[in-house]
Amino acid sequence: MPTIDQTLDEVLALAAVRFKVPREKLSPDDDFFQNLGIDSLQALDLLTRLENHFHVELPDYEMQGVSDFRTLANKIQARL
Amino acid sequence: MMRFQGQALSWEWKDGVIELALHRDPCNEIGSLTLGELERFSVALDELTMVSHAVILHSMQPAGFCAGADLRELFEGTQRMRREDAVRGVREFLERIHAVFNKIDASPLTTIAAVHGVTFGGGFELALVCDLIVADKMTRFCFPELRLGLIPGFGGIPRLKRDLGNSITRDLLLTGRSFNAVKSHQIGLVSQLVAEGEALNAARATAAQIGKFDRHTSAAAKQFIKPLPLEELRQEIEIFCNLFTRPAVEAGLRRFVASKEALPYLP
Repeated sequence: MPTIDQTLDEVLALAAVRFKVPREKLSPDDDFFQNLGIDSLQALDLLTRLENHFHVELPDYEMQGVSDFRTLANKIQARL
Repeated sequence: MMRFQGQALSWEWKDGVIELALHRDPCNEIGSLTLGELERFSVALDELTMVSHAVILHSMQPAGFCAGADLRELFEGTQRMRREDAVRGVREFLERIHAVFNKIDASPLTTIAAVHGVTFGGGFELALVCDLIVADKMTRFCFPELRLGLIPGFGGIPRLKRDLGNSITRDLLLTGRSFNAVKSHQIGLVSQLVAEGEALNAARATAAQIGKFDRHTSAAAKQFIKPLPLEELRQEIEIFCNLFTRPAVEAGLRRFVASKEALPYLP
């Protein structure tokens, strides 16, 4: 099983590619709604890509209120 | 009518396949405009059945197949009405959309929903009328209606129960969570899981395969295996109309209309 740091790194890498942002400009505690300028539809797109990448289910209600990469990675890690 | 270009949807007949494309901004919300054009499609379906073997439903909107009922229209349309008139209007809308959905569901043609992205609420229900669902891997299915104090009203619960059973239906309905396409494929909701942007191509290939079979045999097989859950469909309309009179629904719709989210019905 990957460590939380590895999971976090993969989340940041995937978000950088999806939203065409240089990886080095993303930090674990960034608010991805603000920093990436994404809306709820794009957040759903990211959720689906993360589920497909990590082969996990992330129930929508667990994602409510999650807006930074570190918390997101923790939610994924809890289901690996 | 071999071809139709509407404001919310279009269809075209070619080589025995009827392709219906949804194209209303932002994500094919189903209101009175879409319903009227679906009713026209329903008439055309009768006319084209004898020269067709398959129907494909798909969306031209990047956001997804369909985000469900047009809740803004529902809220704004019923705000000016007395409660009993609002319920009467809702019931009439539901009766009309059930008639169209039942027609497609029971069509002797093999019907395929080619879906991607947001396939929520009434959009999910529209996909469920089809015999097969071909989904790209970015599709998500959801019944978010309980957030509004309602249940799905376009026949989704009886159809999902018919096709997949009670436990899956309860999970989607009672949690309001969305299933991704991979999970939906694993549980049998999705017939074919394909790469991003490939659902329509896969549906066309499937329709071509279906065209090799004797259409009367296909129709007999479908009639045998896919009965309409008519009693439960009637019950659904009654439950929906009863719930619609509750204050929680107006509050839920008001929150929805006030939201500035791109797609405020997301769970």
